[in-house]
Amino acid sequence: MACIEAHGLRKAFGTTIALDGIDLRVEEGRILGLIGPNGAGKTTALNAILGLTSYQGKLTVLGRDPWVARDKLMRDVSFIADVAVLPRWMRVSQMLDYVAGVHPRFDRAKAEGFLAKTTIKRASKVRQLSKGMVVQLHLALVMAIDAKLLVLDEPTLGLDILYRKQFYDSLLNDYFDRSRTIVVTTHQVEEIQEVLTDLMFIDRGRIVLECSMEEFDSRYLEVTVNPEHLAAARALKPMHERPVFGRSVLLFDHADRDQLAAFGEVRRPSIADLFVAVMGKADRRPMPNDE
Amino acid sequence: MTNDEHTPREVPNESHPIAPTRPLYWSVRRELWENRSIYIAPLIVAAVQVFGFAISTIGLAERRRAVLLLDPAKQRAAIEMPYDLAAMMMIFTVFIVGVFYCLDALHGERRDRSILFWKSLPVSDLTTVLSKAIIPLVILPAVSFAIVVCVHLIMLSMSSVNLIFHGVNPATTWAHFPVFQNWLVLLYGLVAVALWHAPIYGWLLLVSGWARRATFLWTVLPLLAIGILEKIAFNTSYFASVVKHRLMGFAPDAFDFQGRHDPTIDSLAQLTPGRYLSTPGLWIGLVVAAAFIAATVRLRRYRGPI
Repeated sequence: MACIEAHGLRKAFGTTIALDGIDLRVEEGRILGLIGPNGAGKTTALNAILGLTSYQGKLTVLGRDPWVARDKLMRDVSFIADVAVLPRWMRVSQMLDYVAGVHPRFDRAKAEGFLAKTTIKRASKVRQLSKGMVVQLHLALVMAIDAKLLVLDEPTLGLDILYRKQFYDSLLNDYFDRSRTIVVTTHQVEEIQEVLTDLMFIDRGRIVLECSMEEFDSRYLEVTVNPEHLAAARALKPMHERPVFGRSVLLFDHADRDQLAAFGEVRRPSIADLFVAVMGKADRRPMPNDE
Repeated sequence: MTNDEHTPREVPNESHPIAPTRPLYWSVRRELWENRSIYIAPLIVAAVQVFGFAISTIGLAERRRAVLLLDPAKQRAAIEMPYDLAAMMMIFTVFIVGVFYCLDALHGERRDRSILFWKSLPVSDLTTVLSKAIIPLVILPAVSFAIVVCVHLIMLSMSSVNLIFHGVNPATTWAHFPVFQNWLVLLYGLVAVALWHAPIYGWLLLVSGWARRATFLWTVLPLLAIGILEKIAFNTSYFASVVKHRLMGFAPDAFDFQGRHDPTIDSLAQLTPGRYLSTPGLWIGLVVAAAFIAATVRLRRYRGPI
């Protein structure tokens, strides 16, 4: 059974269409990156999956309709939005008590174990913690929940690079085990490139690209073309071309690696480069990775 | 779970099964953690009452000797007065606390975005809203009862010690102030008031779940608008009297004042629970409260951060 399955998923806010009839299928054990410009519909899609927003069309998450059965669904689904959602008035110890009290799949000892590796004090209130510590706390809570699906919406927004790296490291090493499914959106695409198993670009409420990372690795190639080969390289119809230090970098879909090697240095493109190439076709938007 | 086709992949690995009432219990505790004014405000009022009473014990013995010369009914009224006053002030205090609690109950979680965290846990909107309704309907009356009992005990010991010290028999207090009967009246009164005010709290919770800002204004303005409209259009004030009745109207049905002007309760015979329970106003109020709470539960499903 697919973890998430959507057919014709649609959501409009007034005249603004946030999701324009999306079909989606996420299998168990995948780590899906949902990438798109601001306002593309990523968060709306995640909110629909989490039962936080109503929608038209058909959507099943772990066999349930999220809008009708959010509370039951949340036994099997964990969710980290950004750092600002933990209640600032609450003490760390109260947070542990409460989650242990209401969540049947929460392993308190495990959460205490994760917290022991941090400098977070049990008696501290959330408002006294730094942004990075709040994320550590939220991650400790979530990783102690034996969930089937973890949804991350910009989980590392506003964190410094050490915390961001640590976040994905602990997620992969201490949490992900092939039986769980993770869906993540982020603007810091470079950092999750090695983490993902699947990639999805979304723009203006539509899926514009969908592929597994194996497919990504075999399909897309980027060549820094030497000037004398530029005309020949362009003849192979690259999907995108950008200048870098006076030379042209061309991005190809389904091209022959050996043939490209004659034009210059060939490498795997980054997700951000592909994103620009795909989005650039429609119109020029700011890059998702603004760093 | 074998006979339930609609809940696939259920319960294989619950590390600790949870009784259905546990989320409600922990949600109520959560409210107490977050809103410490629920007990701190009544405690402060209690401290002020005790302090005020301590000042009033200066010269208590002389006043007591004078009071004991009056006729028995007046004796009783005079001796009982500070104790009744303390109880009335406490009921009023927790009403105010309850109003402000409800106004923020479903607004605060949207304002600070923590609703996203609460909704990421397996707690239904019904459980959440009920846990918030329980605060003014159960917790605050219970808190105020406990605090009033403590305040009465402190006041009684202070006055007794003072009277003994000045050579007056403290039994003059106990004889005219039947403590346990008084507490029973208080308990009955608290339950009667809470049930009568249930639609008020329901309305406040609904507004706090609905309004994006200025919850207090949204609570009061519609009532004011209806009252003004009625007054100008028909030159009547039925709506205003309905609102006033909802605030104060429990007393004439819950108690029998035997036609006296000062609303004092001397005997348990003046409690009329049968008459109160057969008052249409009580049941209409409870139905309206249930409707407000149901609407609030429904509304919370659609609500996110503001």
